[in-house]
Amino acid sequence: MMECCYIKEVVKGFFSLCTGMRVTMGNVLTRPTTVQWPRESAPLPDRFRGHIMLLADDATGYPKCIACTSCARNCPSQCITVTGKKPEGAKKKMADRFELDFTKCSLCGLCVEICPVGALDFSRDYALASYSRNDFNSMDLLQELGSPF
Amino acid sequence: MNISLLSVVGYLVGIAALVGLNAVILVWLERKVAGHMQFRLGPMEVGPHGILQTLADGIKLVSKQLVIPDEADKPLFLLAPIVSLVPIFAAMVPLPFSETVQAWELNIGLLLIIALGLLNTLGILLAGWGSNNKYALLGGARAVAQILAYKIPLLICVMTIIMMTGSYSLRDIAIAQKDTWNVLYQPILFIVYIITVTLETNRSPFDFSEAESELVAGFHTEYSGMGFSLFFLAEYSYMFIAAGLATVLFLGGWHGPWLPGVAWTLIKIYSIIFLMMWFRWTFPRVRIDQMLSFGWKILLPLSLINFIITAGVLAL
Repeated sequence: MMECCYIKEVVKGFFSLCTGMRVTMGNVLTRPTTVQWPRESAPLPDRFRGHIMLLADDATGYPKCIACTSCARNCPSQCITVTGKKPEGAKKKMADRFELDFTKCSLCGLCVEICPVGALDFSRDYALASYSRNDFNSMDLLQELGSPF
Repeated sequence: MNISLLSVVGYLVGIAALVGLNAVILVWLERKVAGHMQFRLGPMEVGPHGILQTLADGIKLVSKQLVIPDEADKPLFLLAPIVSLVPIFAAMVPLPFSETVQAWELNIGLLLIIALGLLNTLGILLAGWGSNNKYALLGGARAVAQILAYKIPLLICVMTIIMMTGSYSLRDIAIAQKDTWNVLYQPILFIVYIITVTLETNRSPFDFSEAESELVAGFHTEYSGMGFSLFFLAEYSYMFIAAGLATVLFLGGWHGPWLPGVAWTLIKIYSIIFLMMWFRWTFPRVRIDQMLSFGWKILLPLSLINFIITAGVLAL
């Protein structure tokens, strides 16, 4: 009886070790999950919220923003500064200054939701690193778009 | 036998190159294997797929200060890594890489390798004692306790092969396997041999003298810089010798189709080393008492029964 259990245990142990080795070999043959940042990056989810950005009008290339300041007034952190004026000969106002204090922003998205002309959206820019927070406390969102001024 | 000074120097340079290159490749391979077994990539930055990472690490390690603890036994502390590494230069002598590529054909080559393999334990014990550190000492003491549990099954394994071949010469043993490899006659013995060799080279799941989760770093807790890297070099070189011995004893040495003998020897050696790495990254470390009872209650009877059966079959 004793001998039978002993041999059984040895054989059982051996096969359980083989099972473990099969698992690790399976891991070797699976694609690694590592993403080699910064040479490649993981796909961003569709609803990723980066800092806000201004959208351009497809026809003119200028920002869609009409400088109504709804976003600035609705912002719970008061981190948006907008001023605007009418370009010469135009009917609507346009933003001539649109600054975001990203150090205060909580990415709540109220500005994006409230915008009457759909001029704001979340950017997909997540690689934000700097030696100074001054780089983020007045981000000029108009910079990347064309401007009539 | 005529030995010139030139051939001795040539041999030493060749072995030093082999030991260094082997360690560089194996450390890289180990990190790659570890990575891929855990869904990672391992080193990728220095050189293509990180192949030069070990070289960069080595340069960093050599440039570091060798710190000697105040209370350490200084001569022993400095001697230990050397005692661990130097026997490798002698142990590589009788290892045949092919019919003609062999440093020196010794008729007791097998005995030489087994005996010199023991010196590694002496190096670990000296390091443990010389460091004057409780963790290092525990590591050294464990290495000595361990040696009793694996050396006897290992010697019985080797004895069985010697009995089958009738020679202590590694070259004769390899030549005797021209048609059929010993692993086909002795599969159980091969498994026992691989386990005991994992024990001998202090590799996980039997790395008691290192045991980083229990003993900080075991016997090399106090070593830094060059001393530490010598222990590392020794560990990977012992792996190479152990795998080389397994190749000759069980896998038919240099015999194989198409490729030249040296290529076959190296392929077999590195396959066995890969197997040992595979063990390391699969199995958790067993407890010291579990290992001792495993050695005495399973490995020893298994190899002994195998020995007796083989003797019976040979006598018929």
